[in-house]
Amino acid sequence: MRKLTVPISEADIRALRVGEAVSLNGVIVTARDAAHKYMIENFVKTGGNPPAAEAALYQELKKVLADGVIYHCGPVVQQTDGKWSFVAAGPTTSIREEPYQADVIAHFGVRAVIGKGGMGAQTLKACQDYGAVYLHAIGGAATFIAESVKEVLTVYKLDFGVPEAFWVIRVEDFPAVVTMDSHGGSLHELIKEQSAQKLTELIRG
Amino acid sequence: MTLTLFRIASEKDSLMQDLTEAFVELIRRASTQLPADMERALRKARDQEEPGSAAQKALDTILKNVEMSRARSSAICQDTGTPIFTIHYPLGVSTRALADQIRRACAIATERSFLRPNAVDSLTGKNSGNNTGVDFPTVHFEEWDEEGIKVDLILKGGGCENVSTQYELPNSELGAGRDLEGVRRVVLDAVHKAQGLGCSPGVLGIAIGGDRGTSYLKSKQLLLRPVDDANEQPELAALEQRLLEETNQLGIGPMGFGGKTTVLGVKIGTLHRLPASFFVSVAYMCWANRRASMRVIGQEITYA
Ligand code: SF4
Repeated sequence: MRKLTVPISEADIRALRVGEAVSLNGVIVTARDAAHKYMIENFVKTGGNPPAAEAALYQELKKVLADGVIYHCGPVVQQTDGKWSFVAAGPTTSIREEPYQADVIAHFGVRAVIGKGGMGAQTLKACQDYGAVYLHAIGGAATFIAESVKEVLTVYKLDFGVPEAFWVIRVEDFPAVVTMDSHGGSLHELIKEQSAQKLTELIRG
Repeated sequence: MTLTLFRIASEKDSLMQDLTEAFVELIRRASTQLPADMERALRKARDQEEPGSAAQKALDTILKNVEMSRARSSAICQDTGTPIFTIHYPLGVSTRALADQIRRACAIATERSFLRPNAVDSLTGKNSGNNTGVDFPTVHFEEWDEEGIKVDLILKGGGCENVSTQYELPNSELGAGRDLEGVRRVVLDAVHKAQGLGCSPGVLGIAIGGDRGTSYLKSKQLLLRPVDDANEQPELAALEQRLLEETNQLGIGPMGFGGKTTVLGVKIGTLHRLPASFFVSVAYMCWANRRASMRVIGQEITYA
């Protein structure tokens, strides 16, 4: 299994091909629907000139997202003595972020997006253009993945709600599989085509 | 947390044993302990996949997750799904009291994190916070002649529910007529359409006949059968076996990564239907096929 360490270089990303299993290490950020919408409205659409109130967070996010990783996850968290930890942290369905993902990858220089179910043509193109990959986590493996989250460093926009906030976490040996690479390859498209052929054989056979 | 949805139990109800805590334990078992037959099937699948493949890695992760969840008594998957209870009871038991206890148990199980708050008002989008709401959880009652009561529980996740589907035969696109060959064709189509989105490898409950509602209901109840049993009806047993082989030939694999394991079990049942309709319902259950049973005879409660 190939080990990836955040920040990830473009060369490391370009070396990855669909179907490869990876284990991820380093600091990553969770973001779902509200977080993506927020980034588009405040940072992308303003051409990097956010409203004053959002400027500080913009600087922080730029730091973690450059050569960084976004995780589509709405975690179950727990707070003991003021310290947060993840209890369950399985991936959520990624396709909902399709309208935003390509712009976010381009704007921040994101190298990998983790989720489940795969994404569409726009994201695949952004992966090619900017040197990024889509990593598929194991759906339902909530306890196991939470165990690979070693530390919650901070949380932004908790007012979006726990599942929707930006959680900045440090992970160790987070398991995932490359299903969209930076060369236009999509395992989802490949498997869909191959299984469609087999289906035709089995039905018309 | 307030439990505003409960009626006050009547005086007659209170004569019955209160099973609320027993129901909480049933929910805990379902949510945190994958049934042994499912775990065996996943292990067998893992050993059959190409060493080092993405498919095998996915199954390794799933199996480790299953072990960890059991050891820590934590939810196997964070989507704890729709709790579906089926209760067999003898004459004289108050089903209303049992339903109240089940709703209370769901709220307690949510507080103890065995269930994630999953009941959302369909119009306002507001989450009730305790897994109770209009017709939530699902509870079915069946009177029987045996002693005591038997409760079966399934936790049915959302991802796999979204790829569950229903066909009406004949279906000209698939060349599917009103016979078992037609059933075979639509089931293969359903599994192909689902790809990995139902968190494969899954288990299929397939109901033939009924009306749209009863057909869907039956397809879910079939999921209670052990994953490795065989149908008592020889022709259905043969189709189950054939579909198990053919769905796996599609090569979709765990999570849709490609591989030999797409489906772990196929369970088929029939209902009488109107001459005018021929429905085939496919209930897709993810690898987190969470079910548990409880038997209550007198004061004695046993779980399986
Ligand atoms: S489909 Fe099943 S395993 Fe996948 S996220 Fe939903 S409940 Fe969990």
